[in-house]
Amino acid sequence: MQHYLAFLSEYGPRFFEGAIVTAQQTVLAAVLAISIALIMGLMRLSDQFFVRWAATGYIEVFRGTSLLVQLFWIFFVLPLLGITLEKFTAGFIAVGMNLGAYGAEVVRGAILSVPRGQYEAALALNMSPTQRMVRIILPQAFLAMLPPWGNLLIELLKGTALVALISVTDLMFHAKQINGSTFLSAEAFGTALIIYYLMARLVISPAMRAMEDFMARKMGRT
Amino acid sequence: MFDWKWDFAFEILPRLLWATLNTLLAAGIGYGIALVVGLVFALAQRTGNRPLTIMVRECVEFIRSTPLVLQIFFVFYVGPQIGIVLSPWTAGMIAIGLHYASYLSEVYRGGLDNVPKGQWEACKALNLSPTDTYFRIIIPQALPPSIPGMGNYLVGIFKDTPMLSVIAVAELMHAAIAVGSEHYRYLEPYTLVGVIFLAISLPTAFGVRWFERWVRQSLGMGKQHEN
Repeated sequence: MQHYLAFLSEYGPRFFEGAIVTAQQTVLAAVLAISIALIMGLMRLSDQFFVRWAATGYIEVFRGTSLLVQLFWIFFVLPLLGITLEKFTAGFIAVGMNLGAYGAEVVRGAILSVPRGQYEAALALNMSPTQRMVRIILPQAFLAMLPPWGNLLIELLKGTALVALISVTDLMFHAKQINGSTFLSAEAFGTALIIYYLMARLVISPAMRAMEDFMARKMGRT
Repeated sequence: MFDWKWDFAFEILPRLLWATLNTLLAAGIGYGIALVVGLVFALAQRTGNRPLTIMVRECVEFIRSTPLVLQIFFVFYVGPQIGIVLSPWTAGMIAIGLHYASYLSEVYRGGLDNVPKGQWEACKALNLSPTDTYFRIIIPQALPPSIPGMGNYLVGIFKDTPMLSVIAVAELMHAAIAVGSEHYRYLEPYTLVGVIFLAISLPTAFGVRWFERWVRQSLGMGKQHEN
């Protein structure tokens, strides 16, 4: 215990630095993933054959290959095609695009779960398609998609650990470095694991639950 | 694809396909471990022993909410520290197997919880042994709703095997990185890896959906909601 406290007081700041980068990656990737999920989820439900297939193609490609492959592809191959991204940017873009594909299916499912009568009622009230989507369908779908999004955001947080492999200095990267210089593997990797766990259980899960409660109350469903 | 060289792609393809066999092997072994250990995790939470349930529950939650790469490193490097030297393969299989065991235990749990309470009571009333209760009554009903989840994680474990490359397990991603650094060309190897993954995971996902329908029909449960 003494020994571990000494370890923490020496390397604590570096774990903290890493955790900040992980948090930044998570937030940026989450914003990207949610945007992509909404766009692709709606596109999947389009009447236009081409629009629907473009979204299906995107979703199948990103869900059918691994995040690590996508990350390496975006970071190492895109520059050859003329698009060079900084490692930090490449990191959250890869994670966001990957989780966005999973999210798109959640969005699609949630929109389909809104009862048919709601569409008809909006139509009867002479709402425009945009009004119908934004004011009637999406708020109800939003409530249904919150619980699966909680799981997806934890997957996303875990996914950001991979950006260490393209040398983004996140939590995982620092843990690896500390392990390399001290050979205290259990302490280095164990501490990082615990920090990831705390971020998932003490930040993401409660935040999502609060959001669910808030939305449920707002829509009068408590 | 401005700079794509087909002859180079065909030259490295056999090597990548050989490595794919290792990927499939890793996914297979990992999934095997996960199926068994996951069942242990799930049943341990149904024993009625409160401390045991809470302990297993927390372990599952911990493994589920931390990154697999980090767990792979942890198992691989901490072993030697406490005197157990693990080969990359062993360490990788333990890490990935445990990770997916925690996912699968949730799938099993969902499936078992899905079986109406009356079925358990009926088994008790008919004086069926615990083995008969599980194998003849409960599991056949718990299985079909579990198949989509189990299938998703089969595809999932396959897609997570590239992470084993970080401790130098010679699977597909590792081979692609090696090819890339030998020839200083990354376009073809990384793209081919993506294509190979798609070529395997799409039919597998399709096969899982078909299998679920088949099991439902052969158990006489008809069609149900798909999710």
